Amino acid sequence: MSDHVPLLEMKKVAKDFFGNQVLKDINLKLEAGEVLGLVGENGAGKSTLMKILFGMTEINETGGYDGEVLFNGKVLHFTSPFDALAEGIGMVHQEFSLIPGFTATENILLNREPQKKSVVSEVFGERLNTLDRKSMKQKADGAIDKMGMHIDGNMVIADMPVGHKQFTEIARELSKEQLKLLILDEPTAVLTEQEAEVLLQSIRGMASRGIAVIFITHRLHEIMSVCDKVVVMRDGVLVHDVAAKDTSIPEVTRWMVGRSVNIDAQTHRKPPETPTIMSIRKLWVDMPGETVRNVSLDIREGEILGIGGLAGQGKLGIPNGIMGLYNAGGQVTFDGKEIPLNAPRRCLDSQLAFVSEDRRGVGLLLDESLEWNIAFPAMQIHNKFLKNYLGGLIKWRDEKAIGEVTRKYIEELQIKCTSSKQKAKQLSGGNQQKVCLAKAFALNPKFLFVSEPTRGIDVGAKALVLEALKKFNRENGVTVVMISSELEELRQICDRIAIVSGGRIAGILPATSSSEDFGTLMVSKVV
Amino acid sequence: MNKKQNNASGRLLNFLGENSVPIMFVIIVAICIPISGFSPKFLLNEIITRMGRNVFLILSLLIPIMAGMGLNFGMTLGAMAGEIALIFVSDWQIWGIPGIILAMILSIPISVVMGIMCGKILNASKGREMITSYIISFFTNGLYQLLVLYMMGSIIPIIHSSIKLPRGYGIRQTVGLLNMRQSLDNLLALRIAGVKIPVLTFIIIALMCLVIVWFRRTKLGQDMRAVGQDMEVARDAGIDVERTRIISIVISTVLAGFGMIIYLQNMGDMATYSAHSQIGMFCIAALLVGGASVDRASIGNVFLGVVLFHLMFILAPTAGAKITGDTMIGEYFRVFISYGVITVALVMYETKKRKAKAGMGHLLEAAQREEEKANA
Repeated sequence: MSDHVPLLEMKKVAKDFFGNQVLKDINLKLEAGEVLGLVGENGAGKSTLMKILFGMTEINETGGYDGEVLFNGKVLHFTSPFDALAEGIGMVHQEFSLIPGFTATENILLNREPQKKSVVSEVFGERLNTLDRKSMKQKADGAIDKMGMHIDGNMVIADMPVGHKQFTEIARELSKEQLKLLILDEPTAVLTEQEAEVLLQSIRGMASRGIAVIFITHRLHEIMSVCDKVVVMRDGVLVHDVAAKDTSIPEVTRWMVGRSVNIDAQTHRKPPETPTIMSIRKLWVDMPGETVRNVSLDIREGEILGIGGLAGQGKLGIPNGIMGLYNAGGQVTFDGKEIPLNAPRRCLDSQLAFVSEDRRGVGLLLDESLEWNIAFPAMQIHNKFLKNYLGGLIKWRDEKAIGEVTRKYIEELQIKCTSSKQKAKQLSGGNQQKVCLAKAFALNPKFLFVSEPTRGIDVGAKALVLEALKKFNRENGVTVVMISSELEELRQICDRIAIVSGGRIAGILPATSSSEDFGTLMVSKVV
Repeated sequence: MNKKQNNASGRLLNFLGENSVPIMFVIIVAICIPISGFSPKFLLNEIITRMGRNVFLILSLLIPIMAGMGLNFGMTLGAMAGEIALIFVSDWQIWGIPGIILAMILSIPISVVMGIMCGKILNASKGREMITSYIISFFTNGLYQLLVLYMMGSIIPIIHSSIKLPRGYGIRQTVGLLNMRQSLDNLLALRIAGVKIPVLTFIIIALMCLVIVWFRRTKLGQDMRAVGQDMEVARDAGIDVERTRIISIVISTVLAGFGMIIYLQNMGDMATYSAHSQIGMFCIAALLVGGASVDRASIGNVFLGVVLFHLMFILAPTAGAKITGDTMIGEYFRVFISYGVITVALVMYETKKRKAKAGMGHLLEAAQREEEKANA
């Protein structure tokens, strides 16, 4: 079969943004019903490649791309995602694209609703057709069945847990009859382990129906369990394209970073037996999707305490509640003084700092320079980087000191940027995370909450961030509480790990305990 | 048992909080009725008349709210279109029902043009639709004056001098619609125990309500709801957001034009330069009194609002005069209330979200306390 045409073929695809080469010489083939795992560090060019394939307008606006993309043997010339959709390419983006007040059914069939004609619509045009609710339900249920995960078609999106929103998105793509290729961009990032397993199942189901899937994720074991082939990208180049069965997680990791990452060679120090610095009593936090109920917890001075648990069980609510970002109640004593809740400023005044999991929303001033981002809280809270005139009546920013401290952190944390004046929104996810850390470090806190510091960033940046946290703890004696969904990284740097389940502390174990022990705690009180 | 009671009282509190504005007005009206000394028959008569007069205008506000464009202060544009149409019709001396129908037909192209203009401007100022539409209504008032005060009679032929200013061009302060007065209301009118019911007007209103209910089920209505909740998502799904928003404003403007014609045929004369000036304000105030908010309004809100708002209008001057001996106090009270209720609604739109959050917290706290009791 020499004339066999693959479903998707990329030939010498390259792309530059105004002279900055982000993709070089990408050659790729994908057959119908195949699952391709696409891995690579942040900034390796995965997103750009998918944007080309999906016809995103920003590719055209920046001068198109070089090379050829063939779909079913036909050269593609997409000018917008709608062209891609018409050809049968669907994509589930990292951010949800759902109407909050609509039901799952309405969202699945958004703008593709089955309609009934009437006299009025014959006269005034198709948009006055009435919706055919009955066949809408049938179609949506069909798509949900295809997916294999049951979600309630009549449930309003705003009332759904985050995993179900993700499944609604996938069902929407599946409801498109012409779908031949589905791109999933980190779909499991927001899912619990059980939900992720269901998703992997449904990917297998899609493949058996002849739909090709491109699956992007940082969780390599998912790639190994579901993909037929693995494509590894690094610095805009496709470095490896192999069958999944011929490779292994350590090998793929090595290809991704181009160096070997050894996560097991971690030496643990003995947990410090220091006095309690923060004691939390009867804390409740109303954070949507991360409710905390009746948590009591003592944190020792100078330790790194990990808080782990499955998504949606409330681990994120603890720091967000204490720092005053969500409505909370209970008592928190820090360094002998009670900290008022629901008052972020008072927390910061007591030398607490918080690196939020919501980098783009809470963590950064996206439209401002790195200098501003790093120095702003220190300026605001501790009057640092200010020059006083007229006995403090007039305060001017000390631009020189700001520049200096920013450059220091850029170097220390290896933030990839063009200059310290670059805008925060232009950085990649991993580098934004480093800026958030620098910002907290610049506050010189006694106590640091770090929430999901490695979410959505690549292996290389991850190691750097963890190392920076550890160094900050060891050298400055700062107490660190790190919240993360990834048990392995907690075990790398923490002294003790508290597991949250069902909004409560299920137990606290030393980091050296076995994975099984942690796993049992995680599911112990799940609600 | 205790929990159940807690739940019930919680729900009651919730209901009171959600509907605080209409409840406040019910209380004011309940206090004012005995003080004013009006007979129930008189009040009923007045309310029914005013409902027929006003409901259609307020219905025109519903569709932009559905499309997420807030309270359409730009409905004034439709009112102007209706007035321009009425000026022509009365100049051509076409009276009665045919005159009203002709005026409605004439108002459509004017409303559509103004609605497209307004919609385009609002598309350029997304997120600030309300203040923009409010200012557009002032700006368009200038265009209206230019047209009516200078161009009518000079460039645009006006035959009858009775509606022209003595100087030969421009329209008089008031245009009499005596030959049209209540012709819609009187056709098929019923009198039950001395209360006059304008059956035809009510039929038109009922039809309009049905049209709105039907509209919500159309593809266009669904698109509007989608656009109203998240423009970006709607755009990604291939809905033409800009066009959908313009259509919603055009529909609102056209309906406001019809509403103004119904309103003026009931009044029987038209204050050429001021009839429209506060109509948007009063309609919006009435809708809000009925319990609507910036992002949510129903047909029920329209009817409740009209009844409460107008009852207060009827009662306040008399009640005010009885209490203070000064009739002006009631007049003052009306305007004060209209502006006040709009301000309250705008503030509540934001605080409601925060309140909802705090409510969840209380539930959590209560659950925790109960748990401790159970443990002890």
